[in-house]
Amino acid sequence: MTRIRFQQSLEDLKEQLLVMAGLAEQAIQRAIEAYRVRDLSICDLVTRSETAINRLERDIDQAALDLLAMEQPMAGDLRFILSVIKINADLERVGDSAKAISDRVRNMEQMAAADLPVDIPKMAALSAEMVRKCLQSFIEANAEMARSVLAMDDAVDAMNKAAYKALTKVMEEQSHLAPQALNALMISRALERVADHATNIAEDVIFWVQGADVRHHKSVTGGRDPNALAEKSSS
Amino acid sequence: MGVGIEVSNLNAWYGTNHTLQDINLNIPANHATALIGPSGCGKSTFVRCLNRMHETNPIARVTGTVRIGDLDIYKDIKPVAIRRRVGMVFQRPNPFPTMSIYDNVAAGLKLNGYSNRHALDEIVERSLKNSALWDEVKDDLKKKSGASLSGGQQQRLCIARALAVDPEVLLMDEPASALDPVSTSKIEDLIFQLKSQYTIVIVTHNMQQAARVAEKTGFFLNGRMVEFDSTHKIFTNPSDKRTEDYITGRFG
Repeated sequence: MTRIRFQQSLEDLKEQLLVMAGLAEQAIQRAIEAYRVRDLSICDLVTRSETAINRLERDIDQAALDLLAMEQPMAGDLRFILSVIKINADLERVGDSAKAISDRVRNMEQMAAADLPVDIPKMAALSAEMVRKCLQSFIEANAEMARSVLAMDDAVDAMNKAAYKALTKVMEEQSHLAPQALNALMISRALERVADHATNIAEDVIFWVQGADVRHHKSVTGGRDPNALAEKSSS
Repeated sequence: MGVGIEVSNLNAWYGTNHTLQDINLNIPANHATALIGPSGCGKSTFVRCLNRMHETNPIARVTGTVRIGDLDIYKDIKPVAIRRRVGMVFQRPNPFPTMSIYDNVAAGLKLNGYSNRHALDEIVERSLKNSALWDEVKDDLKKKSGASLSGGQQQRLCIARALAVDPEVLLMDEPASALDPVSTSKIEDLIFQLKSQYTIVIVTHNMQQAARVAEKTGFFLNGRMVEFDSTHKIFTNPSDKRTEDYITGRFG
């Protein structure tokens, strides 16, 4: 084994990203919990963690930039650092989405409770599961696990579409509930974005581990199976 | 114009040391091909087999076939003749120290019996232009010796000397490893320009250099060709773990 310092720097970068991942995952869990129990003190925690996430995003980008400039990484190391940079940006946006949800919860606290035809907890559970799974695939360098995350995104998209349809109907037919419906719609949208970021992270894990670019598979391949595409590109 | 090189079942020995083992490889014409690998892996021996320089060592031996264009260089042509068609540039620039710049470039031609002064002038000028040295030396061609030039200029002078005999293939064994970054850039720019006219094979320890100048890259290890593929593939997603481990610095 040579380049021991470089290898250690890669390990350190991975550790930093895992800290970032932990904060982002915690932020989204807390935002969901804040929605569930309508607790503004949890919203405060989300706001505080967003500041930490933003600071860490800059630190990780700087560390990655230093390694690119100083070590001229190749092959798997190069793919790893590129993936870290992109995953870092997605995690920061997961933090933003958590903050957006907690802002909506604050807003909802000032309104009368309403029974809306949308299952936010179910959608939140699926989005959070995608985040957990894509991060686990990063920890384990497991492309198969990352692929399973891609398949989950469609379900969250469908839930978001259904929520949009149901909540706009509420706004049309029960205008006194429009503010609550709008908040729920924005939370649904934020959760859908979280799922998109988890999908991006999973794609970056696949790129790092296998060197296969599976992004935009529907638009690029006309909806063909991304697994088959990845196998083809790696063969 | 350059020609392709086909290597089949090439084996080489220094005494009992089996330095190249069963190398099979097609080097495309008018491209730059980089050969990488740790010291002692056989890459320099390999390029020396492409112009039969390997056999100048009395204990060296070669089996297998090397075809350059239509010629089997171990059957159809004498070693001296093949070295006119396959030029070589070494790690350390080696101009003839007492000769003028002009005579350095013309040396190979004169050795081959060229005596037409006008034709020699033209070839020397063209070769120095092709090696991107003309503008720097045109006023001192016969006044200054080759040894008076800087290291980077000397290396380009050696390239001009190799080009003067109008080869089809140019072998470069770590041509920039003794040069500063500016001179290295000039050599790399030169390789980029020359490959439209010549087939270039470059041995290098500098991965970034291989990535910058070559379309194809071969990885040698312990006398064997482990992987040969597009440079893009080798440096972003190699197929063989040994290639990955070498280029990422995990050994070598």
